[in-house]
Amino acid sequence: MKIKVIGAIAILLIVIGASCQSDDQIEFKRYYSAGSLVYQQHCQNCHGDKGQGLSSLIPPLTDSTYLKNNKATLACFIKNGLKGKITVAGRSFDDQMQADDIAPLEIAKVLTYVANSFGNKMGTISLQQVQDDLKNCK
Amino acid sequence: MRKLWIGIVILMLFNACKSNTKTALPILGYKTPVTKTVNGKTVTDTEYATIPPFKFVNQYADTITQKNLEGKIYVADFFFTTCPSICPVMHRNMLNVYKEFKDDDNFRIISHTIDPKYDTVPVLKRYADKLGISGNTWWLLHGEKGDTYKIGKSYLQSVSEKNPKGEYIHDGFFILIDKQKRIRGTYEGTDPAEVTKLIADIKTLKAEPDQIAAK
Repeated sequence: MKIKVIGAIAILLIVIGASCQSDDQIEFKRYYSAGSLVYQQHCQNCHGDKGQGLSSLIPPLTDSTYLKNNKATLACFIKNGLKGKITVAGRSFDDQMQADDIAPLEIAKVLTYVANSFGNKMGTISLQQVQDDLKNCK
Repeated sequence: MRKLWIGIVILMLFNACKSNTKTALPILGYKTPVTKTVNGKTVTDTEYATIPPFKFVNQYADTITQKNLEGKIYVADFFFTTCPSICPVMHRNMLNVYKEFKDDDNFRIISHTIDPKYDTVPVLKRYADKLGISGNTWWLLHGEKGDTYKIGKSYLQSVSEKNPKGEYIHDGFFILIDKQKRIRGTYEGTDPAEVTKLIADIKTLKAEPDQIAAK
């Protein structure tokens, strides 16, 4: 009897856990798939379909360390563009990226896509996080 | 014996259906009939449009005219270094053409800038270095705006002034020119599949008898 109760509770916990997780996962998938469309429209021409960039002209998006170190300013890069020298994947780049004034939700989606494609794995970048980051843009 | 004959007939029919493999590219552009007198007889021939003489400067500040392309098959396109839309993807694809033929001295790529005011010779050199191209396979050409727009027309391309949004309008085509300066193909430079076809077509063109004969 006792075992059955413990078993039932355990199963219940697992089910709850699984369903909570899947809610997050659904949100992730929604962001990711919408983000891939934003990427195609706004980013792919320059950064490439595999995030490979272009020689020493346009940086690749495959440097997970760079993305992690600059996580809080990625939204600002998209909104305001990027100027000046940066080092990505061990190479330096100093051409200008144009500003692209898209909605914060679109920024969140495209960042989720980029941060989880091309060998990156950073999880969902939420709208809330993007809105907070945009307040701190320089 | 009768069965053998039937077999032979069937085999012949199969062979008759074999399609010829493509060995020549079409000649594009405007055609004009020309009437000439050959050996006392009047004959009408077709003359194809050719690329007219030109004079531009490349990224090494060398003057480039039609003479520098004599005896060469080449690919032309139009771009500008600060182009935010289709140029990066065009030149990402063009790099594949460059890599394939960079050791062939009878092949060239020429990219005309349509923004000569910003894309000065040093800017073009810097762009070439960053793109990772060297040597004389791929020339980035600077010239008067009017000259570039004019030559664009002979490549069947539309290039024009900035639109009200401050963007340049240009086509993203790669144009394949043979040793007789005739247009042999146009390819959407933003489409990797078309650029793969361009590479195959260059090989086909190089093997054509009148290309091998032309010096």
